[in-house]
Amino acid sequence: MKRILEFKKTPKIVHTATICGPKEAQGNLGKYIDKHLSDDYNDEKNFERAERKMLSYAIKSVVEKSGKDMNEIDLYIGGDLLNQIISSSFCAREYSLPFLGVYTACATMAESMIIGASLVEAGLIDNCICATCSHFSTAERQYRFPLEQGTTRPPQSQWTVTGAGANMISLSNTGVAIRRALVGRVIDYGVIDVNNMGAAMAPAVAHSLIEFFDETKVLPSDYNLILTGDLGTLGSRIFKEVIKKGGYSVDENHVDCGELIYNMEEKEYQGGSGAGCSAVVFNSYIYKKLLCGEYKRILFIPTGALLSTTSSQQGESIPGIAHIIELGV
Amino acid sequence: MNKKIMSNEQYLKLVSDITPKTNEKRSLLSSFLVGGFICSIGQFIRYFFMLVFKMHGDELASATSVVLIFLGILLTGLGVYDRIGKRAGGGSIVPITGFANSVASPAMEFASEGFVYGLAAKMFVVAGPIIVYGVSASAIVGLIYYFFGL
Amino acid sequence: MESIVLSYLKAFLVGGCICTLAQLLINYTKITAGKILVCFMLGGVVLQAFGIYEYLVDFAGSGATVPISGFGYLLANGAIKGAREGLLGALTGGLKSASAGITAATIFSFLNALIFKPKSKIN
Repeated sequence: MKRILEFKKTPKIVHTATICGPKEAQGNLGKYIDKHLSDDYNDEKNFERAERKMLSYAIKSVVEKSGKDMNEIDLYIGGDLLNQIISSSFCAREYSLPFLGVYTACATMAESMIIGASLVEAGLIDNCICATCSHFSTAERQYRFPLEQGTTRPPQSQWTVTGAGANMISLSNTGVAIRRALVGRVIDYGVIDVNNMGAAMAPAVAHSLIEFFDETKVLPSDYNLILTGDLGTLGSRIFKEVIKKGGYSVDENHVDCGELIYNMEEKEYQGGSGAGCSAVVFNSYIYKKLLCGEYKRILFIPTGALLSTTSSQQGESIPGIAHIIELGV
Repeated sequence: MNKKIMSNEQYLKLVSDITPKTNEKRSLLSSFLVGGFICSIGQFIRYFFMLVFKMHGDELASATSVVLIFLGILLTGLGVYDRIGKRAGGGSIVPITGFANSVASPAMEFASEGFVYGLAAKMFVVAGPIIVYGVSASAIVGLIYYFFGL
Repeated sequence: MESIVLSYLKAFLVGGCICTLAQLLINYTKITAGKILVCFMLGGVVLQAFGIYEYLVDFAGSGATVPISGFGYLLANGAIKGAREGLLGALTGGLKSASAGITAATIFSFLNALIFKPKSKIN
């Protein structure tokens, strides 16, 4: 059995592009993100179109940065949180890109990067774009309540990130190398509280990481950073407890994208979530730190909660998933 | 690593131990104050109709709720009611203005999906149960009174 | 004058208490807000079916009619009055008495949705 994907030719992330909403722009990482929206509507008539326009910007911008033409892109892999991943497929339509639509909720960024890197490694394609997005207002109405309804947010809830991130993977001498990856198993510890996504996903991260450490014989201390996707503050605390029971401690170098993106004195309780959360944080701040050599080796672990509104209404528990990507320079 | 690190029961206990609880005193106090305040406004409107339009009985009650419903929906449209609701919890959900908010907010939200299947079809997506069970329960009460002549 | 001040006070106290009870249920049980509204409304129906809620209405005025339990009271009261007129009245009396509220909510919501769009939320 082969659990670790070894990329011997080390496909590189050669360019990235990010865009975010006004709230994210005011957060800790605002100055690292390429473009800020002044308004969530993004000059569109509804929030779904606004989300699509952000993703479209990220894709176009990453292609422009590479100096390539849209025709030279062999594949676009992506997904989002809207039903039937319309944001991604509509963007593929806009640029008539060859498209693979993927979905593992908020871990979609990792899933696209793993597939993209594998195809580039195998020499089947040259240039691949991986991109995902999310929007607070589209996610809120799909998964929770209408925006204007006066409900209280429970203290364990998170705030869906409005933003999109894209990157390009090619074989190159420059860029950030994708060295290894592990595709996560779907893990369920019976959490049913839809407001507590961090708790639903934390065991999946622990399982994936323990498997990764056991298989590769590396230690948490071998990495500058262990960057989880959107566990949030509470989810991160739970995750650290769980992985300790599994025999590893990541207290030293664990950081969560959901914790990074907002200034925590803002009122979004446990931090950011959504497919755009890890996409924006990784493709902006983290990518730049890797590129300038401040981080030598990191683990990037986007996490996804695989529920639907139907499954949660029917009382099913929330399964989680976490994919691991080892990156370096 | 197919084996579980701990049992579901152990995990759920860990989660509930760490998960923060709603600030009880503050949420109860703000519910009380906001709920009481909205009812006082209701009382004001009631006096207004009673003294100015000489209304009484059912007409007075209906007129009062219509005005409160209007105010609740106006505040929803202006994007204010959800902010009150975020802090007031029960205080803004339970009064009739909260009912109005729960009718107006999905209608606004889904207007982008068209007049029939969006705005109209989704209007009672939150408040529908209140009407369904309210009308059913009142019919049961009516039947009991009719047949047993209470 | 004194009775007016007192009536405001009673409305504030009773209305506030009903809302606080709902918040207690939200804090201490896993019942969601939508279910609490249905429970409170049914509570009003049941209390009025036994003729109890009208005492609270007499005492607190809007403090008892403005909360959603007052909507239940209205429904039950209408059904009871309708029952005196016949079988059809027993069935339709409830909705008839609540018709002003439901009509207002429907029409105002419709107009509201034509005029306003949901705002983007920062917090």
